[in-house]
Amino acid sequence: MFDNFPLWPDRASTAAGNVDALFIFLIIVSGLMTALIFTAVVYFAARYRRRPGVIAEQIEGSTPLELTWSIIPFFVFLAIFAWGAVVYFKSRTPPRDSTEVYVVAKQWMWKLEHAEGQREINELHVPVGRDVKLIMTSQDVIHSFFVPAFRIKQDVLPGRYTVEWFRATKPGTYHLFCAEYCGTQHSGMIGSIVVMPPAEYEAWMSGGSTGPLSATGEKIFAELGCSTCHRTDATGRGPNLQGVFGKPVQLADGRTITADENYIRECILDPGAKRVKGFQPIMPTFQGLVSEEQLNALVAYVKSVSAEGGAKTSAAAAPDKNPAAGSQVNQ
Amino acid sequence: MATAIAQPPAQPIERENYLNKHYGVGSWLLTTDHKRISLLYLMSITFFFFIGGFFALMIRLELLTPAGDLVQADTYNKLFTMHGMVMIFFFLIPSIPAVLGNFLVPMMIGAKDLAFPRINLLSWYLYIIGGVLMLHCMLTGGVDTGWTFYTPFSTAFTNTKIVEAGLAIFVAGFSSILTGLNFIVTIHRMRAPGMTWSRLPLFIWAHYATSIIQILGTPVIAITLVLVVAERALHLGIFDPKLGGDPLLFQHLFWFYSHPAVYIMILPSMGVVSEIIACFSRKRIFGYTFVALSSISIAVFGFVVWAHHMFVAGISVYAALVFSILSYAVAVPSAIKVFNWTATLYKGSIRYDAPMLYAFGFLGLFTIGGLTGLFLAALGIDMHVHDTYFVIAHFHYIMVGGALMGYLGGMHFWWPKISGKLYPEGWARLAALIVFIGFNLTFFPQFILGYVGMPRRYYQYPPEFQVLNVLSTAGATVLGIGYLLPMIYFLWSMRYGKPAPDNPWNAAGLEWKTQSPPTTYNFEEEPVVTWEAYNYEELDAPQKQEVPVAR
Repeated sequence: MFDNFPLWPDRASTAAGNVDALFIFLIIVSGLMTALIFTAVVYFAARYRRRPGVIAEQIEGSTPLELTWSIIPFFVFLAIFAWGAVVYFKSRTPPRDSTEVYVVAKQWMWKLEHAEGQREINELHVPVGRDVKLIMTSQDVIHSFFVPAFRIKQDVLPGRYTVEWFRATKPGTYHLFCAEYCGTQHSGMIGSIVVMPPAEYEAWMSGGSTGPLSATGEKIFAELGCSTCHRTDATGRGPNLQGVFGKPVQLADGRTITADENYIRECILDPGAKRVKGFQPIMPTFQGLVSEEQLNALVAYVKSVSAEGGAKTSAAAAPDKNPAAGSQVNQ
Repeated sequence: MATAIAQPPAQPIERENYLNKHYGVGSWLLTTDHKRISLLYLMSITFFFFIGGFFALMIRLELLTPAGDLVQADTYNKLFTMHGMVMIFFFLIPSIPAVLGNFLVPMMIGAKDLAFPRINLLSWYLYIIGGVLMLHCMLTGGVDTGWTFYTPFSTAFTNTKIVEAGLAIFVAGFSSILTGLNFIVTIHRMRAPGMTWSRLPLFIWAHYATSIIQILGTPVIAITLVLVVAERALHLGIFDPKLGGDPLLFQHLFWFYSHPAVYIMILPSMGVVSEIIACFSRKRIFGYTFVALSSISIAVFGFVVWAHHMFVAGISVYAALVFSILSYAVAVPSAIKVFNWTATLYKGSIRYDAPMLYAFGFLGLFTIGGLTGLFLAALGIDMHVHDTYFVIAHFHYIMVGGALMGYLGGMHFWWPKISGKLYPEGWARLAALIVFIGFNLTFFPQFILGYVGMPRRYYQYPPEFQVLNVLSTAGATVLGIGYLLPMIYFLWSMRYGKPAPDNPWNAAGLEWKTQSPPTTYNFEEEPVVTWEAYNYEELDAPQKQEVPVAR
């Protein structure tokens, strides 16, 4: 209807409805406040306009009134805060069995790699109704992955992973914008999210994969010689990585932290920083030796061996692959 | 003081005042008179306002069409960067404090000058040095990082003039610190006998609160810029992860100053509006104490909300919760002010002269700006609208709709005192109306644009955003005319305007109890204050009964 003049963005994710509901609530609240204040100002300005012989009536103020218009807004604000916090919390917490997509941002393009191995540039194909978790990092400056139709946005930082997730609800093609200013072609760093019905998506997935990302990671793991120390038994000079991901790790300095994507990443690039208890600081840094894509593959590999080892974090995507191959042929 | 009495009677029309006491360039450039320094600031910030305005106009023209066709992408990026830097550091931050505050703080408290007149002059020179550096930086290539200097883009990727821009802002920052320092000492030490804290005009309270932020916040941006330069020039790893730094650290430091800086812009404006509303409704401000203390609490709370600029930047969920709730806390004192101004109108005797129209405009725009701040402080909504045009619209409602409306209102209110001349009232009312309409037409569509999803700092955009952008550009044109008008008729009035009486508005406040324009030392003799602020009851009473007794 309003092709050139949209007044409301598409609503294409589970988060969109939540954000819109709060937004509409706030429009109502602030509409009421505005109406109240404007009516009072206009009414007073007209009613008490200067007339000859009429003198203003001095009023010192009123503490009860002051308290009223401090406390009532404060509680309204608290309610807004709480609601906003709930929406935010939901949107910040990826569900456990999400399909994972690795995102590498660089000036000025988005590189996306599915856990199953499909690679895309400035375009991301996802199925309707599945939770998709984006594990994102930047090769250079700060970018921000913004999909207005999904009401999600997360800055993408160099040197670490940030995460966001969504579950698309409506097939279609939606804008992907870089929302954090990143230089000359910032406004050209745009792409699209293609949301497909599951069957179409499986068909799309069946074409052009180089094998799962974790398999690529395994290859790199061997090529870089990681496997000489990180063995699958207790005899290696480095920690056994089976089952490590998502579990608490005892560090040499006494701290205990959870092995998440950022931890694996940091261990590869700066092995001395958070060394595991009981191991010598002998691992060299791989800073500058592995690309962001290779890092992602390594992280995916470490996660996959943990999944085999009992945890079921990222394996959910795998079973979807095989039936897809047989179902449909075209793209 | 005594010198003012011994004026030569040769010119019966024009009394000796701070403007005609000395002539010549030297008498201006070496002056220590706060009023003359105020005028030096007025000229310099007006110059930068029109430079910043020109950049704004170019931005709006480029955005008239979806394609990037008017300028190159890099040029566009420099335009919005320089627009922000010039408008914030060289116009808005000095605007009300350095012009109206400089002129009025001593006069309102019954002092001859600020506590440190020479430091006051120094602060103007620092501002000019910073300004010249900024001009040089712009003329030799400019900067393209956005006024926010986000790292590692600013330290490792852009090849524009970061160091010079940083230096310009660094130097100008000291000008701001010195002004704040001067005000604090002046307000503490130079009040006339009887001018107790509870009798201070709210303009003074607002400037006191502003000064606190200026002296506590500005050093942090100075340090931050030094760190940016250190990383850029010396490759010290502070913010760039490749050098072992943390890019979020920069954002924390930057917003630790730059959020309170918004209150440097808006608090003085609130002070101006309090004066205007009291005068034109002939009333003491409703809830004086609450309005005064809300300024202080805004200044204090303003320091603990900075990370609400970073909800999607990669801070932890729990940090975001804390900063969200604190942001709502700082909204309460702002709301208190709006309610009190509204209540002041009740049973007043209201006139709609130009300053009051600006004050009404301020009330409307600041209310909308403040309420949309509630949207942005809500974590769930910020996730969607952060870094979109919604944010642009919000902060322009505060910083232009609020701060600039207050500044213009104040300029109209005190112009007769500053220049000794009256401006044409009809034109002034027309300009107020044009500014109000033009402003809303420019920035209201941007709220919608932001929610629909247009990110900020986009040089080209998908075609569906065009209609809203065209509306915005049309509004900017109207707004530009609205800003040119006051400059024209103020200049006109200096030559052709009718001489202003000492107190054209019959306003309370010590600054009106001396001649227009004032003498160099403001008052013939030190005033002794025996009345409360905004004693409009007494001012208006003599006309009714005691005509022969009082003046």
